[in-house]
Amino acid sequence: MQKAAGSMDDRRATEGSELGKARVELKGVSKSYGEEWERQEIIKNLSLDIAPGALTVVVGPSGCGKTTLVNLIAGFERPDSGEVLLNGRRITGPAKDRMVVFQETALIPWQTTFQNVVFGPKLRGDMKRKELRKKAEELLKKVGLADFMHKYPLQLSGGMQRRAELARALINQPEIMIMDEPFRGLDAMSRGLMQEFFLRLFEENRRTNLFVTSEIDEAIFLADRLVVLSNRPAQLRVVIDIHLPRPRHYQMLSSPEAYQYKRQAMEILHQEAMRSFKQTGAFRSAVAT
Amino acid sequence: MAGVAQVSHSVARAGSRRSLLRKTFENSEFWRGIVAIIVFLCLWELGARSKQLFGYALPYVGLLPAPSEVAVAWLKVLTKPGYWESWYQSFKRVLLGFAAAQVIGIPFGLMLAVNRYFREIFFPPFEVLRPIPPLAWVPASLIFWPTNEMSIAFVTFLGAFFTIVINVLGGARTIDVRYLRAAQSMGASQWHLFWRIILPGTLPSIFTGAAVGMGITWEVVVAAEMISGGGTQGGGGLGFFIWNSYMGGSLPQIVVGMISIGIAGYLSSTAIRWLGNRVMPWRHLF
Repeated sequence: MQKAAGSMDDRRATEGSELGKARVELKGVSKSYGEEWERQEIIKNLSLDIAPGALTVVVGPSGCGKTTLVNLIAGFERPDSGEVLLNGRRITGPAKDRMVVFQETALIPWQTTFQNVVFGPKLRGDMKRKELRKKAEELLKKVGLADFMHKYPLQLSGGMQRRAELARALINQPEIMIMDEPFRGLDAMSRGLMQEFFLRLFEENRRTNLFVTSEIDEAIFLADRLVVLSNRPAQLRVVIDIHLPRPRHYQMLSSPEAYQYKRQAMEILHQEAMRSFKQTGAFRSAVAT
Repeated sequence: MAGVAQVSHSVARAGSRRSLLRKTFENSEFWRGIVAIIVFLCLWELGARSKQLFGYALPYVGLLPAPSEVAVAWLKVLTKPGYWESWYQSFKRVLLGFAAAQVIGIPFGLMLAVNRYFREIFFPPFEVLRPIPPLAWVPASLIFWPTNEMSIAFVTFLGAFFTIVINVLGGARTIDVRYLRAAQSMGASQWHLFWRIILPGTLPSIFTGAAVGMGITWEVVVAAEMISGGGTQGGGGLGFFIWNSYMGGSLPQIVVGMISIGIAGYLSSTAIRWLGNRVMPWRHLF
């Protein structure tokens, strides 16, 4: 595991400044919600390094503060203490260098797929019209939506919506892609297909990626590094480097290595889940009845 | 050249109009509607004539003028300019009040939704005024406004205004925060957020408010016309037309006025629906 971290450091040194290879660091980040008397601590003293050019997957029990973590990195929210750095600079708000693919879909319903994809560059005016059109068509072709360009999001299937959203994020050439349980709500079949599709995209140019999920199989299948968070308030429990070869295939999930990783992660997740169960008293009452 | 282009353009339009007509006639929904209305009229006719047919009158229904009588009264009235003047007057008042309510209500509702201070200042008085029924405003506005016409327009305006504002406010406040965040990530300014996300996201509620508001406007205008006498120079409107028929003891003519209002209201809400479908193509895809 140590060795792998070392090799990742080498890569970081050589490619750190390249486009789409940003490094995100969280240093002692805490975040709470609510007024003083009912303050809920969501994230507690979390330090995390999201390596450039790697796919970091965050897993944790549901409701542990994963989405808050996403919001902090995306800049939708500020930490109460600690800092979030992008390439060493403090993050102060949302910007196009950090694109988020949201839970369910956040395609704008009153815009066609094409309009959704060109939304960002068009607002900013940082591409010529013809160039933008070409680029958008290219991307839509890549995600297999060339024939659905002029459909509205509601006319697309769940998997198509996610792919359109990927295209919308990629056209902005983000430094880091942030995926907040992007495949949640898809049926098992399209979920598997989307995972493989997403991996192909990632393996093509290895953009820095933060992928948040509550599915352990999905996490191991995708990850270079697996970050396991504790129950709320979210703290770092363990970082597991996943050494499955790339390009990956779903058969690898049934390999003994994958099984080992899964056991390791499940152990911790189970502990955390039990802890939250006991905290809420659900376990005791379930046993009592 | 321009002439040719124009001709071919109008030909194309005529073509689409014809296909629209054909579509309507081939639509079973359309025919079910027609049959339902005919059956309803037949039952009404039977009910109204029950005394002649069966020797005893059906309760209530037997007192109504039969549709045939109404039709006769209607035909008589159709040629009188006073009847059409009533249509014109009522429509004018409704559209005036309705348009004013839209023009003031939509920006007001959006401001309430977007700006916290604006909401904190204007929402409480708005909420106190809102439960007052528009008709309760009639006496005060008759005194306040210099002409009858203005007081009717004002009361009609109130009828639609509150509904529109509440709908716009609710619609704008329930826009999914993820759309706003996604747009912000892509570099949208406050200006962009408003025009690209908040306004289109509120459109469905704006049209809901408009449809409901239009209904209330017709209710209010008719009542206001009855109360105020609807102006002096024969410009009484459909409400006053009914009132007048009542005073003159012409039962069929009362029903003529009622159905006229029904048709007028139907035309108005059809226009709003049509416009809504044009403006929001993403909503009617299936």
